[in-house]
Amino acid sequence: MSDTKDSFVSEAAHTVPGDKEITRRDFLNEITMGALGIAGLGSVAVTYQFFSPNVLFEPPTTFRAGNPDLYPVHSVTFLQDQQVYIVRMPEGFYAVSAVCTHLGCVTQWKPDTEMIACPCHGSKFKSDGTKIEGPAPRPLPHFAISLTADGELLVDKLQNIRPGEVLKV
Amino acid sequence: MGATLHSALQNLRQTKVWKSIFRRGPANTNRTRSLAVFGNLFLHWLPVKVREKSLRVRASYYLGSISFILFIVLFVTGILLMFYYHPAAPHAYRDMKDLQFVVSNGVFLRNLHRLAAHLMVFAVFWHMFHVFYRGGYKPPHEFNWVIGVVLLLLTLFLSYTGYLLPWDQLAFWAVTVGTNIISAMPIVGDKIRFLLLGGNIVGENALLRFYVLHVVILPLIASLLIGIHFWRVQKDGGLTVKPKGGDGKE
Repeated sequence: MSDTKDSFVSEAAHTVPGDKEITRRDFLNEITMGALGIAGLGSVAVTYQFFSPNVLFEPPTTFRAGNPDLYPVHSVTFLQDQQVYIVRMPEGFYAVSAVCTHLGCVTQWKPDTEMIACPCHGSKFKSDGTKIEGPAPRPLPHFAISLTADGELLVDKLQNIRPGEVLKV
Repeated sequence: MGATLHSALQNLRQTKVWKSIFRRGPANTNRTRSLAVFGNLFLHWLPVKVREKSLRVRASYYLGSISFILFIVLFVTGILLMFYYHPAAPHAYRDMKDLQFVVSNGVFLRNLHRLAAHLMVFAVFWHMFHVFYRGGYKPPHEFNWVIGVVLLLLTLFLSYTGYLLPWDQLAFWAVTVGTNIISAMPIVGDKIRFLLLGGNIVGENALLRFYVLHVVILPLIASLLIGIHFWRVQKDGGLTVKPKGGDGKE
């Protein structure tokens, strides 16, 4: 520190006119502003951390959907608590999200028109989630579906799979 | 009777207590009147002179004041409602129903709060249209126009955060849809939604966060900006008055 100060003082006399001279006041100002800036950024970071919860008390995203025999072939079953459709077709089982890809409303299966319809903004989907009509930007996603060791259907809502994949039972 | 009251008031003004509070003599000259305004915390932001023209009542007049009065009504009724409201599930919905059916005059307060909120959105928009079509955003009022736009956004955000608090189906789905709109923002959208809800779903964390925003953070910011807004209106020479057919300059 003291070396720097001395060199500033000694060089000050030889400074060419027009060169920017750093005075002690400038130096201390910059150090102070820098320290305040770092402290400010740090407080933004810790505040951001504070506002991001580490533990969430939210419903589990994996659930058992019961015995496969509960679902007749050619059926679409709406599981209201899970907001998922369990669809059984001759080729097998698949699980389709019931949450509209537009703004997150819960859709409804209309058996008479064989369509999944959203009550909020009128999006329509086929039973395999394919979009028929907007404003939804994407088809309804398919969730990973498997069998547990004791033979029940298991759906994982955090894992999306390609629409073609079905579970054969 | 009137003379007695007058002399009683005169005597009161001569007392030590009165003089220690107001410090000025009787406001009988323009100078002492100005000093009375300057020396008072609650009046100091008022202009020294007010043009008679700017006080003329027109169809679109007092919109800013109406917005402010509605804000005060919302402030007072909101604080009263807080005495009976827990921002937690399932209390929130029950408390709202209690306010409607059990608490004395609760339904009056709740409806007053709700109605004033609707009216405030309307009044603030109308005020903005008025200022816009009168050219009130032109120099030297540009910055105050920007503050006004921020106040409009705060009004809408206050409405939106208040919408969740009854914790009914309408509230739940409105906030589900609204926060999904936020997550449509590129890159930061999902992060902002997560922070705003305090989770991935509209749950108790979201209710508490919206509550704190609604009753503390947003009113505080709004109060501060309203103060600056009024202060600048007065320092810029009071309410905008334009001569008919003029170029906006007085």
